[in-house]
Amino acid sequence: MRAVAIDGSWESWRDAARGLLAEGALPGDVVFCDPTASGDLFSGPPLPVPAPTGVLKVPRRFLDEARYVAHHRSATRWGLLYRVLHRLTHGEAELLANGLDPDVHRLRALSKEVHRDAHKMHAFVRFRRVGGDDDAEAHYIAWHRPDHLIVPLVTPFFVGRFASMRWAILTPDRSVSWDGVTARFTDGVPRSAAPSGDELEELWRTYYASIFNPARLKVGHMRGEMPKKHWATLPEAALIPTLVHEASGRAAEMVKKSTSNGSAAAFVPEGASLEVLREASKRCRACPLHESATQTVFGEGLGGARVVLVGEQPGDEEDKQGHPFVGPAGKMLDKALAAAGIARSEVYVTNAVKHFKWRPMGKRRLHQKPDGGEIEACKPWLFAELRLVKPDLIVALGASAAQSLLGKTVTVARDRGQRLASPSGDVIVSYHPAAILRAPDDDARDAMFELLVEDLRLVRKVLAA
Amino acid sequence: MQYGLARAFAVQVQQKLKILADAAKYDASCASSGARRSGTRDGLGSTTGVGICHSYTPDGRCISLLKLLLTNYCIYDCKYCVNRVSSNVERARFAIDEVVNLTLAFYRRNYIEGLFLSSGIIRDVDYTMEQLTAVARCLREQHRFNGYIHLKAVPGASAESLRAAGTWADRLSANIELPTQGDLDALAPAKRVSDVTTAMREIRDGCDAVKAERAESRKNPRVTRLAHKARRFAPAGQSTQMIVGATASTDATILETATSLYTGYKLRRVYYSAFSPIPDASPGLPGQAPPLVREHRLYQADWLIRFYGFSAAEITTPEEPNLDLAIDPKLAWALRHRAMFPLDINRASRELLLRVPGLGARNVERIVAARRFRGITTADLRRLRVPLTRTLPFVVTADHNAATRFIDSDRLRLMVSAKSEQLPLFAPKVSALTGEL
Repeated sequence: MRAVAIDGSWESWRDAARGLLAEGALPGDVVFCDPTASGDLFSGPPLPVPAPTGVLKVPRRFLDEARYVAHHRSATRWGLLYRVLHRLTHGEAELLANGLDPDVHRLRALSKEVHRDAHKMHAFVRFRRVGGDDDAEAHYIAWHRPDHLIVPLVTPFFVGRFASMRWAILTPDRSVSWDGVTARFTDGVPRSAAPSGDELEELWRTYYASIFNPARLKVGHMRGEMPKKHWATLPEAALIPTLVHEASGRAAEMVKKSTSNGSAAAFVPEGASLEVLREASKRCRACPLHESATQTVFGEGLGGARVVLVGEQPGDEEDKQGHPFVGPAGKMLDKALAAAGIARSEVYVTNAVKHFKWRPMGKRRLHQKPDGGEIEACKPWLFAELRLVKPDLIVALGASAAQSLLGKTVTVARDRGQRLASPSGDVIVSYHPAAILRAPDDDARDAMFELLVEDLRLVRKVLAA
Repeated sequence: MQYGLARAFAVQVQQKLKILADAAKYDASCASSGARRSGTRDGLGSTTGVGICHSYTPDGRCISLLKLLLTNYCIYDCKYCVNRVSSNVERARFAIDEVVNLTLAFYRRNYIEGLFLSSGIIRDVDYTMEQLTAVARCLREQHRFNGYIHLKAVPGASAESLRAAGTWADRLSANIELPTQGDLDALAPAKRVSDVTTAMREIRDGCDAVKAERAESRKNPRVTRLAHKARRFAPAGQSTQMIVGATASTDATILETATSLYTGYKLRRVYYSAFSPIPDASPGLPGQAPPLVREHRLYQADWLIRFYGFSAAEITTPEEPNLDLAIDPKLAWALRHRAMFPLDINRASRELLLRVPGLGARNVERIVAARRFRGITTADLRRLRVPLTRTLPFVVTADHNAATRFIDSDRLRLMVSAKSEQLPLFAPKVSALTGEL
């Protein structure tokens, strides 16, 4: 048995192996001693490495695999590499194609483990910034614990990627630092030698928590890809237990929010007149909007009107007064009606949703659009009104009213101005006066106002007929 | 530039990040593969061709890119979308340099491979596309950023604005969202399949043109190397996403659409995203999510089409247009075609071996290479970690394999499906290398 000393690097093994092969040393007679593996008790003191001679031809594929295997932690890797090399050069040139050969199988298995470890190191190294606010002075330092001795293997990746930064990656076995010009290798250090935090990690955790969809949980898959042993150095991993724990609750909440609030049908008295309906609507609790609104704002106007105008919901002013379209949007509507030659007393005016939905903004109550569930819940009131008024034409002011009447989402800009059939009768869609008030500039406001008036002129025709 | 900005500003960015990452989480694609950009001395970043997943969230999805919306304001009203105009979610909008600084700060700490930027439609489609492009351009030009950039291609955007986007991005994606125009009419009234496919065609043509230019310049020695390096167009190609389970479309329809996208527009990936219940959903959407396993089966079927020589029509049948949720689609196919089996593992062609349940593409390669040396036995298959319960009834090996006697048995389906299922069949192996889902 012959002991050959190498320094644990791929290059030193390669040179030694070349020399040994030239001498005709058999794999069974050689033991490689390197600082990472203890030598064989019976092999005596390591001998100097034979000098490499001549040109050695081996398959490219072997070199690719061997370079990775050389960084494996296994003590037997050097012997395995030499055995395979020996067989390749002694009549078994095709050996590597036989994945079922025990040596090849083992070679592949080791290489795969190192590949995976290197890939995970590329992924899970987390730099922490130290040093001043100036980029030129900043250092980025990471501590990572790879399974294998891969620091030299992964260094080119980090050098290529972070060439303009100054950084260091510390591991228990080996460390590497980059000053912008050269990479320097030093001994391994314990985790305590690395900086303990970076102010940006809070922002990163915010991202991590926000990008996670609690409606789908695949914890096993996550742990397979991101083994727990790395969690200690991943700033985001601290959140995992909480996110998993809260997931089912958050998902249930999402589903609850996404399904409808119920229906006002139970609150609508059968065969009632408009007056009775109005009274009954004051007690509606079909959706949560009644909690924050002052009062129900029911429709008003001519009982047997030939035209009904439907808005979205009462606003701040309407909520206080209890009448539809009396605030700024109401004034805009009156202006448009006047321009089209219609008197408010000729029509019946109501809303798709009868309670004011808002959220506080300083001292103001800011209008919030009702969601699909709320519109759905309030439908029975609107339909009861329409059944009693029996108009020839319904004007849906804005998308919410149109959604309620037509049962589908419409784009006002595209679908306005044409008669659309609905279960409650013909509908014309137009802009909501509030949308005109919110227009980005005067030109847009004037244009939208003109279109609303144009649509109302169609209404005028119905009234005149 | 360091992120040591004024505290108040940082808080504001954090709030926006919360809203605009949350709004982006329903897009499944987070891959960072397929493009190469080498690092430069004065720049930041590199793109290696294989994607890297820097983290995983408990939903099993990988974090490779910083996935954000520039804004979640949107003029559209697509029912399945949490950002539709009629939804009540909190709105926010990033400034361009906020996204740029966030990307650089995360990248320097090795949290991400790059940026995946999408947006609600603000003002109009071209304006939106230009805003996205401006972020990518700033990263590339001002900061010499060589990391990965994926931009959402806004359907309906002009050819010029898509071309500009492709100049700076590694990948572009226009989401088809739903498999048919009928589905779109029901849930996304403002969207047209033709707008999406027009964008896809623009991108495909852009990629093809640059490829042709490069091939031409390689042939022509007078053009310097520098010149043919100069022009790039979305080197990682394009992908798309289809939402599964929001409408009644069958898996057969979904796979058919996917096939036509792969062949017609040279897509690199079609992502299938199980419809997820969203807060403040529109009525008319299912309140429940479809089982995640359906999404998984579609990915398996997609793999069969792209890497195993199956056609979409083979994977489902007219009688049963949906994939079997209990067993994987290849096993289901084999059970319907028992007359073809058992196959002799030592003689059957590569194409046929790819159709054996439990044999992955990589193992088929190993078997074909190794059987030149000696006959493959059951023990060899075990060594290759082939799932034996699923595979053995379908193959003849060099030794005695008693399982083949069950090939015509009524109990075969039960035998091979019991406990034979390793749930993530293809995805994790590939994703470890490619960074794709």
